[in-house]
Amino acid sequence: MNYEITENRALTASVHSMRLRGDTGSLTRPGQFVQVALPDFYLRRPISVCEWDRESLRLVYKVVGQGTAAMAEMKPGACLDLLPGLGNGFDTGACGEKPLLVGGGVGLPPLLGLCRALLAQGKKPLVLAGFGTAAEAFLLEDFRALGVPVTVTTMDGSLGLRGLVTDALGDLDYDDVLACGPLPMLKALWRCTGGRGQYSLEERMGCGFGACMGCSVQTAAGSMRVCKEGPVFRGEVLPWA
Amino acid sequence: MGMTDLRVNLSGVELKNPLIPASGTFGFGREFLPYYDLNLLGAISVKGTTGEPRFGNPTPRIAECPAGMLNSVGLQNPGAQAVAKEELPALRQVYTGPIIANISGFSEEEYVRCVERLTGQEQVAILEINISCPNVRHGGMAFGTDPEAAARITRAVKRVATRPVYMKLSPNVTDIVAIARACAEAGADGLSLINTLLGMRIDLQRRRPVLANTYGGYSGPGIFPVALRMVHQVTGAVDIPVIGMGGVTTARDVIEMMMAGAKAVQIGAANLVNPMACPEILAALPGEMEKLGIRALSEIERVPVN
Repeated sequence: MNYEITENRALTASVHSMRLRGDTGSLTRPGQFVQVALPDFYLRRPISVCEWDRESLRLVYKVVGQGTAAMAEMKPGACLDLLPGLGNGFDTGACGEKPLLVGGGVGLPPLLGLCRALLAQGKKPLVLAGFGTAAEAFLLEDFRALGVPVTVTTMDGSLGLRGLVTDALGDLDYDDVLACGPLPMLKALWRCTGGRGQYSLEERMGCGFGACMGCSVQTAAGSMRVCKEGPVFRGEVLPWA
Repeated sequence: MGMTDLRVNLSGVELKNPLIPASGTFGFGREFLPYYDLNLLGAISVKGTTGEPRFGNPTPRIAECPAGMLNSVGLQNPGAQAVAKEELPALRQVYTGPIIANISGFSEEEYVRCVERLTGQEQVAILEINISCPNVRHGGMAFGTDPEAAARITRAVKRVATRPVYMKLSPNVTDIVAIARACAEAGADGLSLINTLLGMRIDLQRRRPVLANTYGGYSGPGIFPVALRMVHQVTGAVDIPVIGMGGVTTARDVIEMMMAGAKAVQIGAANLVNPMACPEILAALPGEMEKLGIRALSEIERVPVN
């Protein structure tokens, strides 16, 4: 499906924000992703949806290789072919009334759409964002604009609390955990919070819609495809649970 | 108005067109239901099935390549019992055309057991015996790189099969014609070729292989010329029908593969980057045939060597 780029700008040295206009009817839950076809690259790139409305969506992505580097060079007015609405997303109905949204680095973007959805349901989310250093921080103003409490940690202490997101848990009042970020962060968070909540995983994908079995993980409930049964998994069925 | 005839025939099995999604790129069809009606396909080759359920190899098991991709999935499947009892009946609910059961094993005994379990399923029209998976040790490709082993598996499977048997061959050999001849002489009804080409990628930053399994099978448009060459060589040497596959992406590729000698064509990696690949190729096929003056696909003759 074709989408027109309306904005593509850098938020930090490596993180970019792209807005696209097109059919968003297949997006039903925050935490879903799209598969982006890039000229000159064979496989599509899976990118989580940061937020969306009826006719546009926003992708906030990190340049991690040649494909995303090419994506960062694309100009407004150009078209991109996306497979939209992939994966299960977060279950906002099943989570608590005061969920803690924990994002590590480029795991943060899908939590913005999630935060909006939770607020629309009358829940009271709070946000905990972890970065390496202040220069790598992004999206914080977008969360603050929603009026939710935002706690920030950086490894070097250049912004917010010094340390990991798990170092900030003690001071926060929450009844559930919804997280997206690097695997070591998710594992540490899961251990510190008693194994509950919903966690969004990442894996190298082939198709992104369940056909190739490239992104399978083994869990207590059997083998699961990160692209299809995930990317969001309940705390009890994570691969390490 | 020029009417084009897309029908082809494989060992007595009539296909309304030559397009078959290739095993391992289509699951058991379910994932493509949001995109199109599976009944427009000529046949479906379902996910490779082993005697027991398999998870496959650790991740990462996918890597990007120029003009294609690597996979080291390693035959993840729910096992012959679940395929027979759950997957094939579920597919039958949404698709009434011919199904090609794709069968793998780690021993002659496992191939036979798996064929026995699936050959009697009324939905199964053809048995495709995979002796060419590059991603499993002790089995798979080991049977497909030695003419005697390939013949042994062919004979064993033929003894219990009640459907036409197509042996799926590996390109990772010095002489694919020798393997093809061995299968034909051992009684194979047809051949499927090619499986993926063994390859690798290296992560330059980490200085490690990208795939957890180090090596994986290369598929996509990059392997199309190799597949064409092998289909052409094999169809020049054996009289049994050949299903051609390897990087087929467009309607013109389908016609080119049939000019190389294939009676039908499988579409693999293309399904993964474009879930609409098969219907789009099918829609383009009559127009391309008319441009070339081809009225019926079944009339295409294998091109001679120069």
